[in-house]
Amino acid sequence: MTSRTTRTVSLAITPTTRDIPLAVRILVPTALGLALLGLWEILVRVLEVPKFVLPPPSLIGKALGDDFPSLLASLWVTLRITIEAFVIALAGGLLLAILSARSRLFELCLFPYAVILQVTPVVAIAPLILIWVGIDHLERALLILATIVAFFPILSNTTLGLKSVNPELNALFKLYGASSWQRLALLDLPNALPYLLAGMKISGGLALIGAVVAEFVAGSGSGTGLAWRVVESANNLDIPRMFAALALLSALGLSIFFLLVGLQHLLLRRWHESAMSRES
Amino acid sequence: MALYPESGGALGGVAVRPIGAVKPLIRIGGVTKTYSTGMLAVAKTNLDIGRGEFISLLGPSGCGKSTLLRLVAGLAEPSSGTIEWPTSDYDATGRPMPKLGFVFQEPTLMPWATVFDNIYLPLRLSRIRRNAATDRIRAALASVGLERFADAYPRQLSGGMKMRVSIARALVTEPAILLMDEPFAALDEITRFRLNDDLLKLFQAYELTVIFVTHSVFESVYLSNRVLVMSARPGRVIADLPIAAPYPRGDDFRTSQPYSEMCRVASAELHRAMGDANEEH
Repeated sequence: MTSRTTRTVSLAITPTTRDIPLAVRILVPTALGLALLGLWEILVRVLEVPKFVLPPPSLIGKALGDDFPSLLASLWVTLRITIEAFVIALAGGLLLAILSARSRLFELCLFPYAVILQVTPVVAIAPLILIWVGIDHLERALLILATIVAFFPILSNTTLGLKSVNPELNALFKLYGASSWQRLALLDLPNALPYLLAGMKISGGLALIGAVVAEFVAGSGSGTGLAWRVVESANNLDIPRMFAALALLSALGLSIFFLLVGLQHLLLRRWHESAMSRES
Repeated sequence: MALYPESGGALGGVAVRPIGAVKPLIRIGGVTKTYSTGMLAVAKTNLDIGRGEFISLLGPSGCGKSTLLRLVAGLAEPSSGTIEWPTSDYDATGRPMPKLGFVFQEPTLMPWATVFDNIYLPLRLSRIRRNAATDRIRAALASVGLERFADAYPRQLSGGMKMRVSIARALVTEPAILLMDEPFAALDEITRFRLNDDLLKLFQAYELTVIFVTHSVFESVYLSNRVLVMSARPGRVIADLPIAAPYPRGDDFRTSQPYSEMCRVASAELHRAMGDANEEH
């Protein structure tokens, strides 16, 4: 029998805060954030810090408002690359994980190269990919780089999940003459779901990082994503605009993270230890 | 064959139903099982299991009783010998047609599926549609007293309730034989007694044949009409004890003189079995 004590071991970010009401959990950090912004505003004005070193939040807000159309277009470019890379990494990682769980030989062949791709810093591969693909299709090169970064957590987590099926449940499926498709659909994949979702949470963030890093490396030219807005603003010493682009990047990263946390909660809340509240 | 006693008497010693005329449900012929490590888990075993018998395999840990059960279930292949089902038809793949139910030591439920879907699993794997299976699933749930928990998830249930779900899942295919591998070993004694009584009711209601692995003398005597005592290394049957008391059995039997006498005999045999094993230490 699985021990009840495992309940407190959780994949949630802050398991100890579960007993605090949701409203308080949202209000307190928000209030803190607003207070810090206010302090920032006051200090910058009182100490007369030059705006190209640290602009006050009000100026950043103004930059965001003034440049909103162009920043939004850049946000859309980065978002599109991130989502495409994430979807490709998800589909590819899942497929390769299923194949590796099925065939030991396939796994033996695949994993060394997957690891090499993972441990080689993407910044170092980027120039090569940009030369091969990026001269004609820059976005395609960015997509490839972001996919490479996002791919490995899906593959390794899902493979682990597919292979960690309870041996007695395996025996049960054998007893009732399950076909290999039935085994995959009814046993292996549901068992791998919590692992896959944990991998997706990592990959979602990595896809964005990959998209941004790739665009940095790509440098000027047809760069139109948010990363390029950051570089461009820095070159022009337009620091408020740089902060505005950074704020949008943060917001994008946060949105991806919370979307995936929500998905995880939705799919696991009924049965998985990580998503159960303690009092149930 | 404890179930079919020679009833001579009036016909001057001629058995009305001579032994051998009724084919056993399972015939285990010269079966051995050697693990890849070279350990002989089950020494040459011959055993006939009759329809309607409740057999306990009683023995110390590591005596091969679970292995024997898995051999019968087809979850492992014997190293030599055969396991035949003389009265059964076989399907195209050589699997015997009388359906098996298997209950593991752990409830072995799918945590992501409701109680209903866990019990539906064996039928689903046989490609029976959900609508067509509903009545049978409800009946199996009712037989273990869990009608109200169809939509619960396993983690919402107590250990005893999970084990009931596991038994309902084994019964939903209406098997001819139920194989149970120390199913109640992890439960507290009160829950265990209750489940023992429920199991005997199901045994009679479903007209089951049961092979029940246990290391509890009391449980084996209470439940079975035949206790097979096994010794370890190599695992083999050293005693075949009939328990003649009729079913249904209840607390009257648990407190009766024949019950304690049979427990004493079975304990003595178990000691002999463990003595055999201890010589190696």
